[in-house]
Amino acid sequence: METNLNSGAKPLDPGRFGEFGGRYIPETLMNAVLEVEEGYRYYKDDPEFQAEVTKMLNEYAGRPSLLTYAPRLTEKLGGAKIYLKREDLNHTGSHKINNVIGQALLAKRLGKTRLIAETGAGQHGVATATVAAYLGMDCDVYMGREDTKRQALNVYRMKLLGATVHPVDSGTATLKDAVNAAMREWTRNVADTHYLIGSVMGPAPFPEMVRDFQSIISKEARAQILEAEGRLPSAVIACVGGGSNAMGAFYNFIPDEGVRLIGCEAAGRGADTFETAATITTGSVGIFHGMKSLFCQDENGQIAPVYSISAGLDYPGIGPEHAMLNASGRAEYVPVTDDEAVDAFELLSRTEGIIPAIESAHAVAHAVKIAGEFGPDENIIINISGRGDKDVAAIGRYRGEDLYDE
Amino acid sequence: MTNERIAKAFEKPGAFIGFLTGGDPDADTTVECIKAIEAGGADLIEIGVPFSDPCAEGPVIEEADLRALDAGMHTEGIFEIIRRARAEGVTAPIVLLTYANPVFVYGTERFMKTLARAGGDGVIIPDVPFEESAPYRNAARNEGVCLISLIAPTSHERIKMIAQEADGFLYVVSSMGVTGVRESITTDIGSIISAVRAVSDIPTAVGFGIATPEQAAQVCTAADGAITGSAIVRIIAKYGADAPKYVEDYVRSMKDGAAGRERLSA
Repeated sequence: METNLNSGAKPLDPGRFGEFGGRYIPETLMNAVLEVEEGYRYYKDDPEFQAEVTKMLNEYAGRPSLLTYAPRLTEKLGGAKIYLKREDLNHTGSHKINNVIGQALLAKRLGKTRLIAETGAGQHGVATATVAAYLGMDCDVYMGREDTKRQALNVYRMKLLGATVHPVDSGTATLKDAVNAAMREWTRNVADTHYLIGSVMGPAPFPEMVRDFQSIISKEARAQILEAEGRLPSAVIACVGGGSNAMGAFYNFIPDEGVRLIGCEAAGRGADTFETAATITTGSVGIFHGMKSLFCQDENGQIAPVYSISAGLDYPGIGPEHAMLNASGRAEYVPVTDDEAVDAFELLSRTEGIIPAIESAHAVAHAVKIAGEFGPDENIIINISGRGDKDVAAIGRYRGEDLYDE
Repeated sequence: MTNERIAKAFEKPGAFIGFLTGGDPDADTTVECIKAIEAGGADLIEIGVPFSDPCAEGPVIEEADLRALDAGMHTEGIFEIIRRARAEGVTAPIVLLTYANPVFVYGTERFMKTLARAGGDGVIIPDVPFEESAPYRNAARNEGVCLISLIAPTSHERIKMIAQEADGFLYVVSSMGVTGVRESITTDIGSIISAVRAVSDIPTAVGFGIATPEQAAQVCTAADGAITGSAIVRIIAKYGADAPKYVEDYVRSMKDGAAGRERLSA
């Protein structure tokens, strides 16, 4: 299939999605970001570049990904037919590689020899380390110390792929601090280094560019569901941290007004507790990490520590296009707790033989809640953004079973 | 726009600007250290508004920010520090360094008005580049406050655009990376200053990594001033409430360096 770099709406202003977005970064980085902007504007319309991206997506990452009907889950929930968009089947086990391939090929064209990345669960770090190895580029990954403990397997996976992993001890030692560290490193080395941001966040053009590279998900899914069912889905459901798999899953359905777009935020121990990462439910407008968007913060504009069982979703912000889709009402955003996500993790494993990433399990959990609202002639698509192998030990601990690989 | 206190700070060559994080370790110590920075001969005082995620700072200032926040400092408390410093006789211009979010959340117009009324003269917002700066600059100008612009070693052709709109003075980032002490400054400061001079007569001050009188003297051969932050913050971290006398001595040595004066005692 073709990549989808050209389709659809542009931000209303350069770098803006309504009031959200922009480029709030130090002057030191401005020319580097503008170089990415110019490069992206040029290459997104370059057939040769697009062909290169498509070739690597198809022949290296394994696209297109399947749209799998889930018969036993459908029967159990007793409502809409449930389809799973299988980003877990991509090489490296998540949707992250879609964006990494696009940005890494762009970085190479811009003459960069080194990729740096932040990672939470490790999925984006693994994807970046993988593509760096494949393209012969240097790679440094920044990861909160807490997350390196939660996701030790992915840390070693990155090392195996030749990347250097830098545990980050500052602040809360989680994803936001990894972003801080990666931004600081980029200000030291803009000449040879591309900061391969892993979500639809950061300064323009990253939110738009990452969305474009991820929009292959909805481009495929839209064609696949029409082929399978002859009709559009009643809802598309995806988990949201920064929001890249959700933006990719939503994007080509945005003009289809009858399709509900539902983003599932990590509520942690509950959106009414302090241990939550539900940005849209609990956050407010602010400026952070290069963008104006919604953030979990206090009344003085200090960024709040956030919590979720999922290291990939415990980020205190959300991409600016999601903030716009929330403000306009085109997409809806709901909180899903740790407990609900773990239940869904087990449910999908047992009913369909598919172990989803704990991040994706948040989307499954919401589908469980709403499937019954739809008739049996309708269908809904859950984006399974990644596979759950990385989470097995953590879920075991959550259920009181200590697993050690010895 | 000009601000009288800031303009006066740059009347003579070799200005020295001292930075400290507001509320580290507490407001009382900050006020005493501000007085000490002025007593040591600084021409302008820069107060950092502590932020949870200061992306342009190195570890020294980040840790100071987190200490200040843990001790309960907040935006209103920073304005109170300025009021107290003015009430206790500090006459040097005072400029805040803050990330965009505390300003935005406080309300940009309200922030600038409160800053002006408290006795502040300017604000530096490192994560607001030129392209995003108009709302902040306009709100500041309405209150007679200067939005201080930054230029970096990577600014190149952007220097002209930035310098032409700059108020107060231009903050020249000495080198790539984040704030913090450096062994040496390798950037060609002279050529950056020349690019500024071609389009504007706004004063320039160089910061990031300047910790010794020799470094201050070096940058002041080309620029109008030198800025030191992390080295002062380190002294405050080390001595706490006893820091003011050490800060004053250190600032005096830096001012001597910036002004090209031989030190009387080594």
